[in-house]
Amino acid sequence: MTAQPGSLVQEFKFGLAAPICLTWELTYACNLSCVHCLSSSGRRDPRELSTDECKRVIDELERMQVFYVNIGGGEPTVRPDFWELVDYATAHHVGVKFSTNGVKITPDVAARLAGSDYIDVQISLDGATAEVNDAVRGPGSYATALRAMRHLADAGFRGFKISVVMTRQNVGQLDAFKEIADRFGAQLRITRLRPSGRGADVWDELHPTAGQQRQLYDWLLAHGESVLTGDSFFHLAGYGEGLPGLNMCGAGRVVCLIDPVGDVYACPFAIHDAFLAGSVRDRGGFAEVWQSSELFGRLRGEQSGGACTSCSAFDACQGGCMAAKFFTGLPLDGPDPECVRGHGERALATAGYGPVPRPSGDHSHRGRPHGRPVPVTIGMGPPGAELVQRGVPDRACDQSPLAGFRPSAAG
Amino acid sequence: MSTNTLTQGIDLDAAWQLHPQVSVRPERFGALLYHFGTRRLSFLKTPALLAVVNSLASQPSARAACAAAGVTGAELPAYARALATLEASQMICSRGPA
Repeated sequence: MTAQPGSLVQEFKFGLAAPICLTWELTYACNLSCVHCLSSSGRRDPRELSTDECKRVIDELERMQVFYVNIGGGEPTVRPDFWELVDYATAHHVGVKFSTNGVKITPDVAARLAGSDYIDVQISLDGATAEVNDAVRGPGSYATALRAMRHLADAGFRGFKISVVMTRQNVGQLDAFKEIADRFGAQLRITRLRPSGRGADVWDELHPTAGQQRQLYDWLLAHGESVLTGDSFFHLAGYGEGLPGLNMCGAGRVVCLIDPVGDVYACPFAIHDAFLAGSVRDRGGFAEVWQSSELFGRLRGEQSGGACTSCSAFDACQGGCMAAKFFTGLPLDGPDPECVRGHGERALATAGYGPVPRPSGDHSHRGRPHGRPVPVTIGMGPPGAELVQRGVPDRACDQSPLAGFRPSAAG
Repeated sequence: MSTNTLTQGIDLDAAWQLHPQVSVRPERFGALLYHFGTRRLSFLKTPALLAVVNSLASQPSARAACAAAGVTGAELPAYARALATLEASQMICSRGPA
């Protein structure tokens, strides 16, 4: 009862008995070829977990009391056994939140989803207009997403999520995204673009400018109560006031990823051998990987902040995102490439772009070059967002550490 | 739930229980709670509070649950407030003929 908030965060750094935010990518197959796909998805991998293997993983998650899984891909709904697995999970007290581009959300499916407390849906949308969205996600993807939203809203599904990856082209559309969410009775969730997967190829062109980062931060402070971020922007805490969430890297501590072939990585944005902890196919299953892997043990130990520790913002930003550093070739104990003090930009300029680590797998569609983002006009940002007292969106996170974490809750 | 209740704590002499849609996972520091209806997480910061929450349903009152968990008289007001926080977020609810 006397515990200070910091001490609980400290406990989280040592790791938990089971992850809070477990992302499970069910397949690498996808009908789209988004230019920034963090898992380089497109084609199914022949080694993907079978239906029975998936059910054994769910059994294990039930035993570990993993409250819910964030299912993604690829496009998870294209797996023929997708609905069977969703039903199996919810019947075994494992809630399901799944991310989709909306391709399979028919009126019938929407009605079924609206009927379950244990299922949450997240529709991906990366532009508030078809022009901006389709440049990143492919032709027709805006119409598909909007149709799915309409079906969910018509079925009475309240509070589904609209998930937006923030890019240079859409930061100026924040208010428009919010309007779309409000129109469908949905909740807006915005996350950070990572240079992971195919995102590494487009990061230079797509990641927000320094000015846009500030704009985004101000907008988040003004809308903290109603917008989810999955604690994705904790590197922006360096501006001063922290954003809702843990403000720490949750990789291997409260977060991890199970990929379609059962490999367990420290976080969804770190699909690389350097962050591979084991496989659910190993003898001890997922539980042993989570509890005993050497990699996760290291991530839960003391982390060196390197040069960043002498910066006055370090306590706030904690040096930023491990995956963002890794895939831009920066040292893990150095600044985030989008460090708000500009240390990342300087480090990148000094180091130059040498060879940077590539993701371990590439399941991109063959023979169809990824569409390159087309230049679009960046609209006006929100007018001087006034700082209102920020609230804490009390929803559990999805792909990253603890949105809505409230250290002061319950004693 | 009035501000007063959050300040004063819940009625310790009433009967309480864990909300049926809440799952509890013990952790080194105490426990994590997840409410499937509201999709909210909560944290119990001491093992003693976990013991209190776990025994609410089998004890005649919150006061009895606290006593069974070894909560001292001096600590009681803090536990009453913690339970009020849990009630405000629907993690626990009243039980019996209410």
